[in-house]
Parts: sequence; structure tokens; C-alpha cells
Amino acid sequence: MRREAKSTGVFTRRALLLAAGQVGALGLLGAKLYQVQVVEGARYATLADTNRISARLIAAPRGRLLDRFGVIAAGNRSNWRALLVAEQTDDVGGTLDNFARVVPLADHERARVEREVRRHRRFIPVVLREFLSWEDMARIEVNAPDLPGVLVDVGTSRLYPFGSTMAHVVGYVAPPNEDDVAEDAMLALPGLRIGRAGVEKHHDLPLRGRAGAVQLEVNAVGRVIRELDRQEGMQGQDIGLTIDTELQKSVLARLGDESASAVVLDCRNGEVMAMATNPSFDPSVFNSGVSQAQWIEWTSNRRAPLINKAAAGLYAPGSTFKMVVALAGLEAKAISPYDRVNCPGYLDLGDTRFHCWRKGGHGMLDLQGAIKNSCDVFFYEVARLTGIDRIAAMSNRFGLGVKLDIELPGARKGLVPTRGWRIAHGKPWNLGDTVVHGIGQGFLQLTPLSLAVMAARLATGRAVQPHLTRSIGGELQKGSRPEDWPLMGVPERDLRAVREGMYAVVNEAGGTAPIARLQIPGVQMAGKTGSTQVRRVSRDQREHGFKSENMPWEFRPHALFVAFAPYDAPRYAMSIVIEHGNAGAATAGPVARDIMTDVLTRDPAGRHEPPQRVADGRETEPPP
Amino acid sequence: MSVLERRLIRETSFGLTSKLWRISWTFVLLLCALAGVGYLALYSAAGGAAEPYASRHILRFAFGLTLMLSIALVDIRFIARLSWLAYAGAVTLLALVLHMGHVGKGAQRWIELGGMEWQPSEMMKIALVMALASWFHKASWERMGNPLFLIPPALAVALPVALILKEPNLGTAVITASVGGAVCLAAGIRWWMVGLGAGAVGLAAPLAYSHLHDYQRARITTFLNPESDPLGAGYNIIQSKIALGSGGLWGKGYLQGTQAHLNFLPEKQTDFIFTMLAEEFGLAGGLALLGLLALIVLAAMGMALRCRHQYGRLLALGIGVNFFLYVFVNVAMVMGVIPVGGVPLPLVSHGGSAMITVMVGFGLLMSAYVHRDVEFSDGRDEV
Repeated sequence: MRREAKSTGVFTRRALLLAAGQVGALGLLGAKLYQVQVVEGARYATLADTNRISARLIAAPRGRLLDRFGVIAAGNRSNWRALLVAEQTDDVGGTLDNFARVVPLADHERARVEREVRRHRRFIPVVLREFLSWEDMARIEVNAPDLPGVLVDVGTSRLYPFGSTMAHVVGYVAPPNEDDVAEDAMLALPGLRIGRAGVEKHHDLPLRGRAGAVQLEVNAVGRVIRELDRQEGMQGQDIGLTIDTELQKSVLARLGDESASAVVLDCRNGEVMAMATNPSFDPSVFNSGVSQAQWIEWTSNRRAPLINKAAAGLYAPGSTFKMVVALAGLEAKAISPYDRVNCPGYLDLGDTRFHCWRKGGHGMLDLQGAIKNSCDVFFYEVARLTGIDRIAAMSNRFGLGVKLDIELPGARKGLVPTRGWRIAHGKPWNLGDTVVHGIGQGFLQLTPLSLAVMAARLATGRAVQPHLTRSIGGELQKGSRPEDWPLMGVPERDLRAVREGMYAVVNEAGGTAPIARLQIPGVQMAGKTGSTQVRRVSRDQREHGFKSENMPWEFRPHALFVAFAPYDAPRYAMSIVIEHGNAGAATAGPVARDIMTDVLTRDPAGRHEPPQRVADGRETEPPP
Repeated sequence: MSVLERRLIRETSFGLTSKLWRISWTFVLLLCALAGVGYLALYSAAGGAAEPYASRHILRFAFGLTLMLSIALVDIRFIARLSWLAYAGAVTLLALVLHMGHVGKGAQRWIELGGMEWQPSEMMKIALVMALASWFHKASWERMGNPLFLIPPALAVALPVALILKEPNLGTAVITASVGGAVCLAAGIRWWMVGLGAGAVGLAAPLAYSHLHDYQRARITTFLNPESDPLGAGYNIIQSKIALGSGGLWGKGYLQGTQAHLNFLPEKQTDFIFTMLAEEFGLAGGLALLGLLALIVLAAMGMALRCRHQYGRLLALGIGVNFFLYVFVNVAMVMGVIPVGGVPLPLVSHGGSAMITVMVGFGLLMSAYVHRDVEFSDGRDEV
């Protein structure tokens, strides 16, 4: 009994100890519960909301590109596509096998699908195939019982009705990369494209619009339980282009098979009426992916169909540069419009003899005569007296060698050298360098677009910038009226002297390009030819009756032409570069004449167009 | 000792009415309340429907309650004689499950018997308590001081613990060892032995860690830093804490728990049911439930204290401690206090075999209580 009492006593003490310990432990849990639910409660409540609410994006339709008359240059079309929802099939491999029997699926496509199925949650649709034909869709529908998890829906894809005609202006769209998606989550949606070149790229943001968003209550695996809130997106804005697609077609047709480009501007406001580059490419190819063969063909083609020659092709301007040299000389008072210079056919500078294109020389010439005859010696002399830096400064004012406000991301600014530029490259600048730049040779590298801008500024005296955008979302953009552009501050007297020279080139007996004379009564074009060597002509060749047309194509000189018309009330300016076209006058002259005739006949800038709202709310006056 | 008490001790058997009268109906009421909480929780876990959890839960509880009351009427002395048989049976099942049981969630724990999935480790804990109680029933205070006398019970604890570790099921192994330790402690082993045992465990822990399975180590490391792997092993702990924390003081309201109902909360009808309740009923509800559980534990301890024979009180205490450990491990787990392990909240979580096992245990406890005053000789002369 005593021993038992001892055991009982021990049990009682220890049981009470255990009971106290257990209740104490539960009490600690209660305290911990207080900490989690009350002390840290607010933090966890926030986490809970972000947990369950998921924002989903709804793609906005991409804005269209319209020409100046509202013709669609880039639009959207329905894109029927087959999607696979992995969750709805027991056997993804089997479904793909069956699908491949209905619509052939290449190995790399299949690999992509399997990769995406693995990467995404199983209820997220994966694109099997886009751009289904009606027959494909019918076959998929008929075989639906064998294709669990496959569904057909409609997305949009980019449509370029003008194909290669507008390719270099509108650019193209392509699937976004990861960096793009990091910037705008909407781009992660299936089938979305991003502008990769041309206006599509420049205006990508307004074109893209803003994704709509739905706030969804989702469960832990992301399945939608219900919609909590919806914000409508904004569809992409239509961009009104300055281009006249009909004119563009016509200009391209006139360029024929040449590797060439032509730019037509409204010289009063810088609107680009046509910007044609030949050869070109079909931008819709990029939509679905470019095949390797196609890519090799493009990149190995020496006529470079992927390069927008008008805005990114670089050429020595040759004689088309002489007007700028003349204006620099006039401003520097190195010459006056009436000074006369003798051209003996060459200019000796130290040991070096610089030839005029005309062997016997032109004799005594004033400025107008020098432009009319494109006398080299005259401009050697002007350049020598003016200096390269003054010439470069004047060039820049005319849009040469500076960045232009064109809406083409691939546009290049070219190069107008200065003494400083050359020294920065560790070389001295010699007087001889200045002299050759007087006739547009040397280091000069300019785009046809900038030459057209030069012509427009010569014609109007206003610092117009070339632009492709007339309206965004129906709102007319600033820059469509001449008053939007400031005067350049070049004296009218100087401009008139140069314009008279350009008039004489085309319209006077003895000019270098009488072939370019317009056949429209009462309307004259002023212009200037240019032929630029791509390979140095040796004295030996020169003395043995060298004929450039006998050379291989890639060594022949480029043919250039800049012009504006009508002479007495300028409306249009243009530039033409025909690669390896030999002589500016003979090759580019007739093309310039025909294109300008076409432009003036169509008069796209003067035709009635529907009134548009100006950005600041004023109504535009309908053009007369 | 009063005359009445002496008379009852001498009484070897007594009538059914008398037995029913001696059942602790307060305890039965507490269990019914807990099962009722379980019904509410499972109704919510099913998204506001009795099917598939709640209705089955209440049916199982009814069955378990009947079983418990039936066992309560069985003479404790008869039960005591079955102790080692039960122990042998449970160890056999444990060994069997290692060979032919099927693997669930990475561990071999389940065995199918009578159309139900059983975890032999759950039965093992009760059988172990019975065996230890039986062993110590005969022990005098002096014998408790003899280390040789304590070797068999130590082995009786070590064998099932080793088998359960091999499944592997770290959580249950620790609980089993703790239950065994609690019974030994209550039986009166010397404190210096307790200290020795604690020291041995402390020394063995690093060794044991090196033998742990990868998933067990992952549990421990994510427990130490749950944010290190928010979508992997740490997911459960983080989501559980988010659900708890967002419940606040008064909760989101019944059936309104967003985290649980949107499935952010994993296994809300089993392991994480406490979280779901605390999300919907807040701190108030969580503390109320903890209070109910504490009352049950205290009631079990009280019943143990009122037993007048060593077998009965050790059995009652062991089963009470087992229930407490279930509760503690589960609630501490959902709050991220201890590493996650698949331990349900007894009588609340969904799951048939666990509830039956718990109710069988409470049946034994109740039998000890019903027969608290019977004469139950330890074979030696007492008086």
C-alpha cells in the first residue's frame, strides 16, 4: 500500500505537470495565432488579395495605315488558327499525330507546340497553326472527334494590300521578342505582332493601342472563377499617311527594272507624296516568318531589296550638290551672282589638276551659266574660295548630312564632312579635298530623301521637314501647312539665282538636261542632274575614249536628278537616284520628267480631301 | 479511503446501468462539439455542400462514437490482457505496410483493410500505450529505479519508431516516441533517466538529419525559411499563413474564406482545415477551437488522474497525450511553427481511418475511466 501510494503520488504530480505543459503549449499556439492573424494580419490580407486577383489583358486591334485619300496601306484581316488546349486531351502526342494527318505539321512546328505546351499551364491555348485555309478548317471540324483539345478560333493578322509597292514606307510587323514583352505585357498574347520597320515601327505605340484588362478572380492554378472588373482597352489608332498610293504605284512602274529610288515631296510642307524603292519585298512575309531561302535570296541580291534606298541608301550627290556650294559661296560673299569665272577645262592646284567634265572647258561663266552647264571648274573655284566648313554648314541647313524628322527608323543621315571631322579621324584636310567637294564628290554621302528635301527647301526657302504622317487617329498633325515651317533665312536674291540656274538646266538651249523638259503647256520644271563615279577614272582611261556604259554594271556611275515644279509656283520637289545608271541627264532626266508630269497631272496635294480635325481643334480650310 | 470506495475496489464486476452511469458524458459532449466543428469546416471546404466530406464525416463520427461507447463498457482488465497482443498485431501491420502498403505522397504508409485505408502507425501509437501501461502496471517505485527493468519498454518504443521512420514518416515517428516518453514519465522513471534520454536524443538529432530523406530535409529547410521556395515546398506554409493572416480578428465569415475556396490553400479538408476555419472565423474562432481542444485534453488528463489503478491511468494519460500531440503538431504546422508533416486535426479533418483510430483510443480511455475503481491487482500484495 505504501509503495502503491508512492507510485500514485508520482503519477499525480507528473500527470499534472504534463497537463500543465500541454495547456501551456496550446496557449503558446494561441499567442502565435494572435501574432499571425492580428499583429501581421494587414500584411497577409494584402497578400491574399494579390493572390486571388489576376489581371488578364485583352488584345486591342492594331491601327491601320491609310494613304492620304484613306486607302488602306496596312490593315487587319481575320486569321483563322487552330489552338490546342492540353488540358482537354489525355494524350497530347496522339492529338498532334491526328492533327498532322489532317493538316500537315512540320517537325519544327511540332517541336514548338510541344515546347509551349510544356511551358504553359495546361488550360492555356497554344497556337498549332495560323492562317488556316477554308479547306483546312473544314477538315479539322470534320475530324473533331479525333482531335480532342483542338479548337479553331479567329485572330487578326496584318494585311498589306499594296505588297512590295509600299513595303519600305509601311515597313512590317513581326512577333515580339522577350524585351518587347517585358515593356508591354499585351504583346505576350498569342498572335500579337510588333512593328519592326518603317512607319509600323515608328508609330508602333499609337498603332498598338492599349490592351483592355479584366480583373479576374482566379484559383491557385489560375483557372478563372469569375470576372470582378473590366476596363475596356483602346484600339490602335489609324495613321493617315501623306503618301498617295496611286502615285506611288505609278512612280515605281516608271522606275522599271532599275535599282533605283525616287522621292516626291510637297515642297511647301514636306509631305512625302511618294517614296519608291526598287526592287522591294513583300512585307506580309514577315508576319508568318521568313524562310531561310527567302532570306538568303534577299541578302545576297546586290540590288538589296531590303534596303530602303530612298531613306537609307547613301550616294555621293555629284553635281546635284552644286546649288548648295553656290549658296554657301554667295552667303560668304566669295562670289556674287554676277561674277564670271573662266573655265579652261581644268583647275590646277599645286601639282594636281582637277578636270572639268567638258574637256575643252566652258569659257567665261556666271553662276547661272555654271549651274546650267554643270561646270566643274566654276564650282572648284567657289569651293576653294568658300571653304569646306561654310559649305558643310549650308548643306546642313538644306537638310543634307543631318537627321531628318522622317518617320522611318532605318533612315540614315548621311555625311557632309567638315575640317574638324577629318581631323578627328586623324587625317589633315587639304585644299584639294575642298575642291572635289565643290562638285559633290569626296566624302559626301547623302540619301535621295535628303536631296529631295534640299530641292524642296531651294524651291520654297522654308526649312520643311519630310514627313509621312498626316493624321493620327483622325487628328491632323502639325506640319501640313506651309506656315508651320520657318523660313531658312537664306536671302531670296541668292535662292533666285540658283533657281534660275536650275530652270536653265531643263528649259534653256545648251542646258545639261533639256530632255527633262515638261510637255505641259505653261508649266516648267527646274532641275539639276548628277552623275557620280563609284570608281575612279584614270587619266589613261580618260584619254583613250573611256565610255562608262561599257563597264560592268556595278562599276558604272550613279545617275541622279533633283527637281521642283512648277517653276513659278513650286508645289512638288523630287529626287531620283538610279544606281549605276550612267549619266544623270540621259538616264534619270526622262524618268524625272515623266514622274513630275505624272505628279502634276494627279496633283495629290491639291485634290479635295475630306476635312479633318486639326490637332488643336481648328477645322482645316478645304484646299482650293 | 472511504468505505464506499473500498467496496468498489473490491467489486470485480458491476452492471451495465452502473457502467453507463460512470461514463463521462461531459467528455462525450466535448467530442460531439468537436465533430460538429468538423462538420461545419468540411461543409465549407466542399464549397458550401454536405457532399463529399461533411455528411460522411458525421456518419463516421456516429460509427466511431458507437464504437467508443462499446469499448468503454468492456472490462479494463480484459483489455489489459490484450495489450501485448495488440502491440504485436500493430507491429506486424507496420512491418507489412513496409512490404506491401502503397505509397502516398512519397511515403509508404497506407494499408487497405475492410474497404478503408489505414495507417498502421496510428494504431501503433495506441497499442504502444497499452503495452507500456501493461508493463508499468506491475512496477513498484523501487523497480522503476532499476535500469534493467526499463530496457524492455525502451525497446518496445524503439521498434515501432524505427519502423515508422523507415516508411518514412518523421512526424509520426516523433509523435510515437513522445507518447511513449510521456507514458514512461508518468509511470515514474527517475528524472536523471529523463535527462539522459533527452541528452541522447539531442546527440542523435544531427546524425538522424543526415539520414533523412530529401523531402524531409526540404521540409525542415523550408520551415526555417519558407520564402526560399515560394512555389515549391514553402508554398503550403506561405499560403497557410496568408489565409490565417487575412482572416484577422473576426474572420471573413462562414463560407467566405477566399484563400481556401480558391484553392490557394492546399489540402484544406485534411491537414489545413484549422487554417480554413481560422480564415473564416478569425482569431476569435481559432482561439475558441483551441480552447475546445484544450478542454478535451484536460478532461482526458482528469480522467487519468481519477483512475485508481496504474494500467488505467497510464492508458488514459497516453491516449490523452497522443490526442494533444495530434492537435499540437497540426496547429503548429499550419502556423509554420514546426515543419509540415501530414498530421490531421483529429475529429475535424476529413479522413475515415484516422477518426476511427482516435475514437477507438477514446473508447479505451473511457473504459479505463468507467472501470476506474475496479480492483485490478498487479499480482503483488497491496494491502
